[in-house]
Amino acid sequence: MLKVEEQQPEVFPETLITKFDEIVSRYPAGKQKSALLPMLHEVQAVFGWLSVPSMDKVAAYLDIKPIEVYEVASFYTMYFLKPQGKYVLEVCRTGPCCLVGAERVMGHIEKTLGVKENEVTPDGLFSWRGVECLAACGFGPVLQIGPEYTFFENLNEEKVDQLIQDLRNR
Amino acid sequence: MGRKLLLEHINVPGINTFDVYRQKGGYRAVEKALKMTPDEVVEEVKKSGLRGRGGAGFPTGMKWSFLAKPEGVPRYLVCNADESEPGTFKDRFLMTYIPHALIEGMIVSSFALGANTSYIYVRGEMMPQVRILERAIAEAKNAGYLGKNILGTGYDLELYVQPGGGAYICGEETALLESLEGKRGNPRIKPPFPAIAGLYGCPTVVNNVESIAATVPILNDGGDEYAKIGVGRSTGTKLISASGNLVRPGVYEIELGLPVEEFIYSDEYCGGIANGKRLKATVAGGSSVPVLPANLTLKQVNGEPRVMSYEGLSEGGFVTGTMMGSGGFIAFDEDQCMVRNTWNFARFYSHESCGQCSPCREGTGWMEKILRKIEYGQGKMSDIDLLVDVARKIEGNTICPLGDAAAWPVASAIRHFRDEFEWHVKEPVKCLESNYGLANYAVPIEKTEVTT
Repeated sequence: MLKVEEQQPEVFPETLITKFDEIVSRYPAGKQKSALLPMLHEVQAVFGWLSVPSMDKVAAYLDIKPIEVYEVASFYTMYFLKPQGKYVLEVCRTGPCCLVGAERVMGHIEKTLGVKENEVTPDGLFSWRGVECLAACGFGPVLQIGPEYTFFENLNEEKVDQLIQDLRNR
Repeated sequence: MGRKLLLEHINVPGINTFDVYRQKGGYRAVEKALKMTPDEVVEEVKKSGLRGRGGAGFPTGMKWSFLAKPEGVPRYLVCNADESEPGTFKDRFLMTYIPHALIEGMIVSSFALGANTSYIYVRGEMMPQVRILERAIAEAKNAGYLGKNILGTGYDLELYVQPGGGAYICGEETALLESLEGKRGNPRIKPPFPAIAGLYGCPTVVNNVESIAATVPILNDGGDEYAKIGVGRSTGTKLISASGNLVRPGVYEIELGLPVEEFIYSDEYCGGIANGKRLKATVAGGSSVPVLPANLTLKQVNGEPRVMSYEGLSEGGFVTGTMMGSGGFIAFDEDQCMVRNTWNFARFYSHESCGQCSPCREGTGWMEKILRKIEYGQGKMSDIDLLVDVARKIEGNTICPLGDAAAWPVASAIRHFRDEFEWHVKEPVKCLESNYGLANYAVPIEKTEVTT
């Protein structure tokens, strides 16, 4: 559910507003609500998740009701409504990936990071979750990391270790 | 060696850039189309016999001809790049490696439909592909193939890429349009169809990435030439996404009519089953289509070899056949558990149901729970029939086809692999430690030498 504690004072940087203006220009006059999904991605890329104040600001910018933003943000799985780790490892858990070892990879991630699905590591660096099909079935198991949504394919335990190490050193 | 129309130049270095794509004959289709009338372009696509590559297989030219053309109302072309069907990854592949094939197809198709603003709705997880397409659009615009007065013909076209938010349901065309309007992806009740009232209430055509890209070779070679490839009403080439326990999974372009056995076992395609194992079952067209045991995958009931075409795969109806779907070909080896896989797919549909229609919202949840019980050795014999009953009550009773898509894999798995479900009930301990195995599902195909 949407919770109103955990608020952060959102100041949208100027670059974000410029980006909003560009996105809105893609649609006919009066249809600016179409910009909502791309704008939420931009906000999440800056803050890591979508807080209520930031969604309210998006609503105000688009001249729509806040509920129109909340209902969209809660419908689509890519939007985070609470804080996440700096790197969110999203592992595909659907059929074809499971045929080639996705469940093993998820188990290994859980063990290595020491946190359960949707929990954040104490250092704030990582969280992980299983997600549905990422359309990379021929290269499974796969995981993605936002906000660029870089794909890591043909995973096994060693590759996961290497990836986590690389991210820690970043 | 089958003909390649979409992936002909896939191995050319730099084919993702405008310059190399152009050197290889790219954007000829735009030049040709803009010298024709829009109706002539539609006619070529009709002649080609091209059928929608997203899953439904509806003739693209006919879909285009339904588009309403009231005076003074804008028309839209929206490309459906919300590729999320488990087992399908051809569109991601095409957009990553040959983005200009889609951009060129979008220009040709938009011109044919009289659209001056078109959108490519890409699933949000494909952010890298969003960037790739945006770069390709900028290159094409720079070269005068997009924007105002394209190639001096007076035709204007703006092309935009829209990222989604991660929802399988947005692959359904009216849910996609809702999402593009900035709303939740709830499918609309039809009619009215998008051809009459689509994006912003205006006439709209929604086409799959591959369908749109296929208009390029159709324009270049002519619809009649395209129609010569393939078999019967399944014309042209099709991208197949091959995944699962195969020696070489990946995206392959096939001429429709290729025998399934050749696709699985020949070195030109998947190279056989990985690790020297034997084939147990396949899902031939993405997770929504009925699963088939190996024997019915390779041969029809009459003993004829089964071929990969719209008609070939559906031969035998749902009793002994399946569907072409989106071309997501998933192979299961002898060690895979059909109950576990069916549960996995049921969980997918339960997760992705938009919640609008109660048969789907509640039914997918129930199927997931019952299947999980059976998989973990806590099922009852009556649960198997209960699953069939729930599946039957979802099918045909929902606004959009997600309900059917959720029901078919469950119903077909029980139809063909009932023994394995019953074994899970009878052997609640054993089923946690071992698998049912191959049983008598497969034609005894010799183990093939593993090349990798």
